[in-house]
Amino acid sequence: MHARHLLVVGGGMVAQRLVEALRDRDTAGAWHVTVLAEEPRRPYDRVALTSFFSGRSPEELALGDPALWDDPLVTLVRGDKAVAVDRAARSVTTASGRTFGYDHLVLATGSYAWVPPMEGADLPGVFVYRTLDDVAALRGYVHDLQAERSGPVRGVVLGGGLLGLEAAGALDALGARSTVLQVDTHLMSAQVDLGGGEALRRLINRIGIGVRTQAMTTRVHEHRRGGVGRVELADGTRMDAEVVVVAAGVRPRDELARDAGLTIGPRGGVVVDDTCLTDDPDVSAVGEVACIQGACIGLVAPGYTMAEITVDRLLGGVSAFPGADTATKLKLAGVDVASFGDAFARTPGALEIVWADPVAGVYKKLVLSDDARTLLGGVLVGDASAYASLRPMLGRELPGDPSAFLLPEGTGGAPDLELPDDAGVCSCNNVSAGQIRHAVTDEGCHDLGAVKACTRAGTSCGSCLPLVKKLMATELEKLGVTVSTALCEHFALSRAQLYDAVRVAGVRTFTEVVERFGTRAAGRGCDICKPAVASILATTAPAHVLDGERAAMQDTNDHVMANLQKDGSYSVVPRMAGGEVTPAGLIAIGEVARDFGLYTKITGGQRIDMFGARIDQLPLIWQRLVDAGFESGHAYGKSLRTVKSCVGSTWCRFGVQDSVALAVMLELRYRGLRSPHKIKLGVSGCARECAEARGKDVGVIATDKGWNVYVGGNGGFTPRHAKLLAEDLDTPTLVRTIDRFLLYYVRTADRLQRTAPWIEEVEGGLDGVRAVVMDDSLGIGADLDAQMARHVEDYEDEWRATLDDPEKLRRFASFVNAPDTPDPSLAYVAERGQVRPATAAERAAAERGEPVLVAGSTLEVRS
Amino acid sequence: MTTLDAPQRTVAWVAVCPLDALATERGAAALVPDGPALVQVAVFRLVDGRVLAVQQHDPFSDAHVLSRGIVGSRDVDGVEVPTVASPMYKQVFDLRTGVCLDVAGKQPVPGASADLRTWPVRVVDGTVEIGTVPTGVDAHGAGSIRAGVPGDGEVRP
Repeated sequence: MHARHLLVVGGGMVAQRLVEALRDRDTAGAWHVTVLAEEPRRPYDRVALTSFFSGRSPEELALGDPALWDDPLVTLVRGDKAVAVDRAARSVTTASGRTFGYDHLVLATGSYAWVPPMEGADLPGVFVYRTLDDVAALRGYVHDLQAERSGPVRGVVLGGGLLGLEAAGALDALGARSTVLQVDTHLMSAQVDLGGGEALRRLINRIGIGVRTQAMTTRVHEHRRGGVGRVELADGTRMDAEVVVVAAGVRPRDELARDAGLTIGPRGGVVVDDTCLTDDPDVSAVGEVACIQGACIGLVAPGYTMAEITVDRLLGGVSAFPGADTATKLKLAGVDVASFGDAFARTPGALEIVWADPVAGVYKKLVLSDDARTLLGGVLVGDASAYASLRPMLGRELPGDPSAFLLPEGTGGAPDLELPDDAGVCSCNNVSAGQIRHAVTDEGCHDLGAVKACTRAGTSCGSCLPLVKKLMATELEKLGVTVSTALCEHFALSRAQLYDAVRVAGVRTFTEVVERFGTRAAGRGCDICKPAVASILATTAPAHVLDGERAAMQDTNDHVMANLQKDGSYSVVPRMAGGEVTPAGLIAIGEVARDFGLYTKITGGQRIDMFGARIDQLPLIWQRLVDAGFESGHAYGKSLRTVKSCVGSTWCRFGVQDSVALAVMLELRYRGLRSPHKIKLGVSGCARECAEARGKDVGVIATDKGWNVYVGGNGGFTPRHAKLLAEDLDTPTLVRTIDRFLLYYVRTADRLQRTAPWIEEVEGGLDGVRAVVMDDSLGIGADLDAQMARHVEDYEDEWRATLDDPEKLRRFASFVNAPDTPDPSLAYVAERGQVRPATAAERAAAERGEPVLVAGSTLEVRS
Repeated sequence: MTTLDAPQRTVAWVAVCPLDALATERGAAALVPDGPALVQVAVFRLVDGRVLAVQQHDPFSDAHVLSRGIVGSRDVDGVEVPTVASPMYKQVFDLRTGVCLDVAGKQPVPGASADLRTWPVRVVDGTVEIGTVPTGVDAHGAGSIRAGVPGDGEVRP
């Protein structure tokens, strides 16, 4: 069948969802889709624009799986604007003059920021808050102003709605002093009532943002040196301001539809029916440009619903728009606001229950049906913790006394809600409680990551995650799957509990640990608890990995201090702190690799890996490396692996700090540090980030004022970018911060839990980690510092110590009854000038006498 | 553990190493005759002094590595069973019988059995000896392995 052509005008979040849904469901490939995007980038998360100021990069804001755009049935045209629709010819022309035909057209052009008519609106320094380019320009402008003047930059935000408050928060994050000017009587007047708005104002004031209500801006005055200098209000007041952000509302971008003769709503927007079709059956409109059920809706969730409906209809389905979920939650640090359902009690007979604590800045209101039972809506200001569990209860009967939901936590508390299966939990991705339960019970998803991957719940804004987690835990409990934190059958304790127990009790051997803290049938442990206990003992009671009983607890990698490879041979990685190595060092490594016939490769962490070493060769190899000045690189351990660095200011013409020296120092400091999983660090000498430090567990990026430190970046199954922990630290503070971060992780993470999921699950999340590490909120700072000092002091090279100990060296034999006989099963063939393990077929061929192998188990050792 | 009945077939005992050469709860590989050829055997010394032997070949990775696994124990129907976990993909085997207790979600390589061959072991005057007629899980005796525990080492210090 010939694919029909779907043309989507607009490259925003809704367009992204539409393409995603189409590619998910159109398994027969009935449609080829082209997306015309005006912006030069892939669709990104506009809802999270404000997080751009807290360090998220444009790449991180990008939505979904980039592979979507590599699909042969998907074409993304970027940086070209659609300018005309010819409905008769069924084609769209772009600004660059290209013409795209269509079988079906979807208008997803969104809306633009409305700038109220006022003089001076076109002056430099007036910004809207709509696209990444807008916010990047705003940031650049504020930074430039800050560079040339001493006092704080003053900014005003026109508009006290959701977007205006987020813009004010952004200005605040940029270090500007900001004031919100709201035309209406109170903040967020579209979502919260007067009482809520007042509580909100106090909260906003508290974080240092000014608020003026009933303030209509009439004119922006120019400063004598150019740019914005002042704004003038309708009542004649004038306020100094160098930056103005207009967040006064949005208007649908319906000009294409208008010019094409489609019906437009009375207040703008392309009129569509419940199936998102315009009055032309070949043209749909979705998202903010669509006027559906009489209104344009400026929220992403209804836009996603429209995208799904359109896809369903294109594939022959019959779904229709169910009405919009207009629940909103403000994403502004320190200010909790949520509004959902009939927040203004417009339903006839509706009752309102209000609880307010002006001192604490808390205002909560529930709107209930006339029998005070069914939840119709609510407003939560100052403490929106009940939002996630209340919102799905909309239109349903609340169990127990509704007021219980309004009282502060710890005063009796809200009853546990048993959500009905059809209750929506994640509105971004339209996931119901039932789907989450199903994922747990029938799809075998037993952790948050699996549930997220399976249902997509919580993968957009993430505000529903606590609820998702709770639903999952309840379901697991019902299944009889105790959400056990027990390490294995031998220990009922979690790794963190065991760590504390071992540390406090001061025990030093596995036998003692298993006797004191093991289960009744603890026996002799297993491959799960033994390495975990070995790791715990490594930092609580440091000793050589092969000392006494420790030797029996190590995985083979730690036991032979090399990395086991697929054929049973090992690889060897000498330490090169910071990736720095002398020519003599390189030559020494090259000679070792040549003499032992090893395959060499540069690792992902800027080190040199040598593969194909037999167990009996490891001491010989290390004797040569130790003699050449190298020490163990710990590439085999759940421990510090590498500190990657860029070139740094000593050589780089852009570097602002010496990233190499810092990386070397950090690597030497943390070398040999055992942890729940491998840890990697990175240091970049400037914001160009050549060391890719934000892909590391700890990433350090130089600024002109010091070092920014990011935490929780990981590769692995679910790659994450690190998040900003602290800014502009001097070197001693930076080191103390990393010391504490690493040891707090070492003490409290689960076995094999990397830093990113640990941060998600540790008490308080990233803020909690920051409180412990930066502000010593647990009072363990000095203890952590002392523990790290001991680690640094006690470090010894494991390989050097092993070479000096004949008892330990005895373990490195291929065969206990034939120490000099190499493993006869090893075989290698040549590839690209080096060796690699022979495949099963190649071994079989060699056994038949065919000449495929270049080397058996005895690779030539040259002297 | 109990001393087993003497195997029906003739066992040729081959000395492989002094008991002291084996670290407690760690394995070592040995080369022993298997008919006309040599075969790799993984020999383990347990904390209670027993010595047990299974094949060195890991049926799940096709590499000869089992002697490098972590030795431990597992509760099997209320009985504490000595185990080794493959260092490659972490399958767990009963060291007495060679039976694979946990396939860790994987299949053995084509042609291989998930369970391991075992060898009888004894310690004579501080020397570890392996009985070179294989018993345990092989083509002939797979049905009787649990009852006989043929690999359980007799220890005569």
